[in-house]
Amino acid sequence: MSAISELSSISRRKGKATAEEKKANSRDNKAAYIFLLPWLVGLIAITIGPMLMSLYLSFTDYNLLQPPEWVGLDNFTRMLTDARLHNSLGVTFTYVFVGVPLQLAVALLIALVLDKGLRGLPFYRSVFYLPSLLGGSVAVAILWKQIFGTTGLVNQVLAMFGIQGPGWISDPSTALGSIILLHVWTFGAPMIIFLAGLRQIPIMYYEAAKVDGATTLQQFWRITLPMLSPIIFFNLVLQIIGSFQSFTQAFIVSGGNGGPSDSTMFFTLYLYQKGFGQFDMGYASAMAWLLLVIIGIFTAINFIASKYWVFYDD
Amino acid sequence: MTTKLEMLPTPEKKSAGTGKPTNRRKPKVRESRGTLAFSRAQRSKALMKHAVLILAGALMIYPLLWMVVSSLRPNELIFREPGLWLNSLEMSNYTSGWSALTHPFGHYMINSAIVVIGSILGNLISCSMAAYAFARLQFTAKKLLFGIMLLTIMLPFHVVIVPQYILFSQIGWVNTFWPLIVPKLLATEAFFVFLMVQFIRGIPKDLDEAARIDGAGHPRIFLRVILPLMVPALATTTIFTFIWTWNDFFGALIYLTDPDMFTVPVALRAFVDSQSATSWGSLFAMSIVSLLPVFLVFLFGQRFLIKGIATTGIK
Repeated sequence: MSAISELSSISRRKGKATAEEKKANSRDNKAAYIFLLPWLVGLIAITIGPMLMSLYLSFTDYNLLQPPEWVGLDNFTRMLTDARLHNSLGVTFTYVFVGVPLQLAVALLIALVLDKGLRGLPFYRSVFYLPSLLGGSVAVAILWKQIFGTTGLVNQVLAMFGIQGPGWISDPSTALGSIILLHVWTFGAPMIIFLAGLRQIPIMYYEAAKVDGATTLQQFWRITLPMLSPIIFFNLVLQIIGSFQSFTQAFIVSGGNGGPSDSTMFFTLYLYQKGFGQFDMGYASAMAWLLLVIIGIFTAINFIASKYWVFYDD
Repeated sequence: MTTKLEMLPTPEKKSAGTGKPTNRRKPKVRESRGTLAFSRAQRSKALMKHAVLILAGALMIYPLLWMVVSSLRPNELIFREPGLWLNSLEMSNYTSGWSALTHPFGHYMINSAIVVIGSILGNLISCSMAAYAFARLQFTAKKLLFGIMLLTIMLPFHVVIVPQYILFSQIGWVNTFWPLIVPKLLATEAFFVFLMVQFIRGIPKDLDEAARIDGAGHPRIFLRVILPLMVPALATTTIFTFIWTWNDFFGALIYLTDPDMFTVPVALRAFVDSQSATSWGSLFAMSIVSLLPVFLVFLFGQRFLIKGIATTGIK
């Protein structure tokens, strides 16, 4: 189903080139590489080349004007004492580890309610899905900025109940929360993946459970959740990788500065400021590699942990 | 993730979990409905579900509706009127918003359209070619390259953006659309390669074999047999590329600094920055104009969108 499962199956099957395959090789090689040419050029010139280049730049001081100057581990030791960077890591971790579980929980909940052959399912599905299509846009970030402003929609509604709401995005203690809420709002995409997953669970399991007198809750814990765990895992991995890279919403809502008082200074926003605001390209590259390593570590942890909770029915 | 959960929109087997809720469970559900459906408990349970869903759905959509309504209101009401009723239709927000920046807003929409069309063509051509090779041809280092391709899907673009920027600025491509289009021509959105590989794997190999026996080479098999059969995957790619490129902010922010070249997202951002809090109405109006194409694509391409997500798990 997913790129993730493909990857793990490749690593399981590796090193078994059969004679048949080798024979075929001679036949298709030329054609294959012609078909692959655009992709290969892109891989080398747009992906791997720049990756290695940014690894090199992370050991240099480079401002686009003078040639890069080798500074060894300077950028990395600077990161150790950069309080704003530590803060931006904290902001990003909060966003990822609060936003992702919350979003997936809502997605799963709605998918469960939607699942059981409910009338009007396509309509509901569209309504819930629409925000996740629009959520990445500048326009919705603008809307969010208004809604959670001091005189925004949320506070207007609260005022109807006589409550004086805070300036959600101008208050450092609630600004990040508003952006997390925007992330939760886009739960439609994982919801659709959950719906597709729920469909794959054979109905006979539930029938058997019913015969044995299992309650709805028991059915959920003993059948739905284990059967759905590969999908949950898949959503988790994807959402974590994606959320670490969030940028647009924080940028627009905070007016590009990660404020108030750095409370929405996402790691990517800080990286952007360093690289494209101050043209401190060496430091920005070092940050980018740190991000890659962090995402790699969390993905690895996810995979290791998955052995204990993801259930494969085969 | 397991073979059991294979959810591909393949030509021969209709995939589950996509489009209409047709699936192997449905007949069973019907059956149980026949015997139990009209029991009171079940009906009230369904009613409760609808109530929950309608409430949740309304909550989800309300901000969007409110933005639409607010864009048709005099400015000062935006800060006082949380409701959805309109006393009069105020089009002035649209006319003033349209001409609020250096260029009329249509200029930015045309810029966006150019980037979008270039990106769609790029993705369709380059990704389908790569996908054909991965799905149908045997070649040296295939597994390695396929693995690398899958890994690049998950690669955060930040690790390449700085050198990419340096590269493109040295070629003199800053403030042109090339940095936004050329990577797509080179299949760097590997995600779509994967989507198409999955799809092609579902096309029966006999068709290729038959064409081969008739003397067709790979270019011909690709163009005449595979491409026409993979139209659904191409449609999914087109739609997702449209939405992602139309919404793309980061790339445009970095590469397009000349207002003449602004795409819609950076134009909107410039609008936010240039305006004080007094002109939310026209800001909303242009936000809605910017969302309209995505909304239309959503209306007409929903089937492919949902199929694409269920298959591959993209946003």
